[in-house]
Amino acid sequence: MATMKNEIDFLLHLADNALIIGHRNSEWCGHGPILEQDIAITNIALDYIGQARNFYQHAAELINRHPIGIDITQTGNDIVLPATEDSLAYLRDVREFKNLLITEIPNGDWAHTTLRLFLLSEFEMQLFTHLLQHPDAQVAAIAEKSIKEVSYHVKWSQDWVLRLGDGTEESKQRMQAAIEAIWAYTGELFIQPEYATAACLNYAAIQDVWNKKVSAVFEEAGLNIPSKTFIQKGGAEGMHTEHLGYILAEMQYLQRAYPNSEW
Amino acid sequence: MSFQINKLYYGDYGESKNGAADISTNQTNTAEWPLWEVFIRSKQGLDHKHAGSLHAADAAMAIENARDVYTRRMEGVSLWVVESKHIHASNPDEAGSLYDPAHDKAYRHPTFYNLPEEVKYM
Repeated sequence: MATMKNEIDFLLHLADNALIIGHRNSEWCGHGPILEQDIAITNIALDYIGQARNFYQHAAELINRHPIGIDITQTGNDIVLPATEDSLAYLRDVREFKNLLITEIPNGDWAHTTLRLFLLSEFEMQLFTHLLQHPDAQVAAIAEKSIKEVSYHVKWSQDWVLRLGDGTEESKQRMQAAIEAIWAYTGELFIQPEYATAACLNYAAIQDVWNKKVSAVFEEAGLNIPSKTFIQKGGAEGMHTEHLGYILAEMQYLQRAYPNSEW
Repeated sequence: MSFQINKLYYGDYGESKNGAADISTNQTNTAEWPLWEVFIRSKQGLDHKHAGSLHAADAAMAIENARDVYTRRMEGVSLWVVESKHIHASNPDEAGSLYDPAHDKAYRHPTFYNLPEEVKYM
């Protein structure tokens, strides 16, 4: 049973990551720097919402199949049975969310947004590749589908890191500022959550490949990796920045105020 | 006293306008990216068809933008982009001499053959 709880927690972790970064990217809708890029980042947001739905649906299925004896939340309450993708997204409190902090920090400018997406999607690329070997065939299938989307996210965001890093004086300065601001949130990517127990996961190997890929792009763009190594962490365990509460308030307001409303 | 009158229709990029080059070399508006024309092949075996246009800083970005703007509903399997300034258009003023002579030459249409069922996309 502990294995099942771990898998459910891990699925919620993946789903929350996708939901929150999807929400952050969707905030650009109608505000993109140019129409074409507005559509691009909104497409990416929709990819993430699709991934979130897949992971939530599978988590809900497992929760409903094993409802007894599993305390699936950290505080032991606030879960609605039967679980659905919607109840998991809209009816859990901030401490129940297991998303990485890097997904919830504000968008900042275009450099911050594209850099964050680059750092995160290079990580997801490796993580999902490991998940192809997951014993649960459904998890492996979701990973396989997601990899096609993530490859494009890597390409698109990497292009922007290169363009801005190797662009004008101002664009370089903005991209470097984004690195200084976001770097402290990258360490958490490689801290294996205690519920990430699937044997196919090797976070050290993920970090190794990630380091090489990110350094290569930074080098090509003429950007520097900060020497500071302080790590912001805790998101995967439900300890969040103050920003997540605001996201959830906006996202969950309707379902909380008008339970079960549909449109 | 003489006036030069240029009639431009949608899709025509007159030599005087020089398409996107006009935008990209305009010192007062260097922030504008050049215009690109997008051609999409909807499935293998068909030819690329003009789908529309978009702005992008270079060819690589134009392909990505075209992917995002024009193929999000499964419209295509292949993309071409070409900078709009490289497209030369026929002169609408010469439409009479260019196209009218074809009007009464019905025998040029290959409508006098029976096509076998197996031949698709004709």
